[in-house]
Amino acid sequence: MIKISLPANLQALAGSSRIVELEVGGPVTQRAVLDALEARYPALRGTIRDAVTKKRRPLLRFFACEEDLSDIALDAPLPAEVASGAEPLLILGAIAGGRDG
Amino acid sequence: MGKVRVLVGTRKGAFILSSDASRKRWEIAGPHFAGWEIFHVNGSPADPDRLYASQSSAWFGQVMHRSNDAGKTWETVGNQFQYDGTPGTHTWYDGSPHPWEFKRVWHLEPSLTDPDTVYAGVEDAALFKTTDAGQTWNELPALRTQKTGPSWAPGAGGLCLHTLVIDPTNPDRLYAAISSAGVFRTDDEGKSWKPVNHGLRSNHIPDQDAEVGHCVHRIAMHPSRPDVLFMQKHWDVMRTDDRAESWREISGNLPSDFGFVIDVNANEPDTVYVVPITSDSLHYVPEGKLRVYRSRTGGDEWEALTKGLPQKDCYVNVLRDALATDQLDPCGIYFGTSGGQVYASADDGDSWEPIVHDLPAVLSVQVQTIP
Repeated sequence: MIKISLPANLQALAGSSRIVELEVGGPVTQRAVLDALEARYPALRGTIRDAVTKKRRPLLRFFACEEDLSDIALDAPLPAEVASGAEPLLILGAIAGGRDG
Repeated sequence: MGKVRVLVGTRKGAFILSSDASRKRWEIAGPHFAGWEIFHVNGSPADPDRLYASQSSAWFGQVMHRSNDAGKTWETVGNQFQYDGTPGTHTWYDGSPHPWEFKRVWHLEPSLTDPDTVYAGVEDAALFKTTDAGQTWNELPALRTQKTGPSWAPGAGGLCLHTLVIDPTNPDRLYAAISSAGVFRTDDEGKSWKPVNHGLRSNHIPDQDAEVGHCVHRIAMHPSRPDVLFMQKHWDVMRTDDRAESWREISGNLPSDFGFVIDVNANEPDTVYVVPITSDSLHYVPEGKLRVYRSRTGGDEWEALTKGLPQKDCYVNVLRDALATDQLDPCGIYFGTSGGQVYASADDGDSWEPIVHDLPAVLSVQVQTIP
């Protein structure tokens, strides 16, 4: 089981807790993890990545194992600690300023 | 005795304010979708318990919600708004071509007869429609691909389709207002559109009476008189008597003809309401006084309505989708401010009271009158 940590707004939308545990079949990549997350929580479709291009939304970041994984290739393997469930993949909103309050 | 339901979208969630027809005591439910910007909540005229909400966020994009029980419970529905074909470009602020990019849903206009059918006005300006209660949204592309489309440029709030008005006597006829392009009309349910801006003058474009390029902020119609529309433009309050073929200015004695909102009294088609705002650089009410202005003559002559509204040290704004009327007699008028107040009048605007005064900044106010 891999673990994903969701920001508060997405927890509310999914009706989930902060840490979500998921089974991912095959190589643990960003694409595979997000496919599994969206399959479990369809309300999250389009909120983390574009529904068509699968590109990460620009104000979201992906961190794990003290690394910024936001820009790694969609099909590149995530760290072994994420794949084993020892460490969560953190999805978080950038600190983008509060322009709109 | 009927009921009134006021659907309020704010920068940090949605609220539903309910009262009986006396409009004296209000129940306040919310926040729904706490922490999210709710651009618009609207209900189906054919089934008032069917609500739709547009939730938007710079971080997480567009989310759409539907309720079948008047907002007690909600479910997410489809949030994919894909432009038809290869979208091409519109004009950017600096005059350069810029690709069309979906950003958010500004306005939801449910069909008058079918609860599963809803139009959505979006940014970058385009019209979408669902016929399956929000599960899927398809563009009606003839508006965006109308020949003037590539010249449309955004206003300060973005290139948004913010107002949709359906002619109740002819559901094939719709009006769409876009900032800052102007008003467009279809007579064949979106298969073709034409710009209908004759008579508008705007000093921010080189040709002041051009076919398009006008920053229309809001249009409104009384259902009994669908050939007449009223408009609050960036500057100027306008009126048409011929289905928008031609417009004339009716700003008259208003203290400022800049503003965002405009609406019509449910029982008097020539009674119109606006909230003047100081200017395009000072987005708050003039002189620190919150005043609704009412014309009982279809424009030109306006009276200030102040009873119950703050008349000193008030510097709020009222955004374009944030004033609405109910269908009762006397007519109720409701508006929300950037300061989080929702004011209501149950007597055609003669007097006002805040229903609630400490919400997040209000983005939209919609009213349902329930028999």
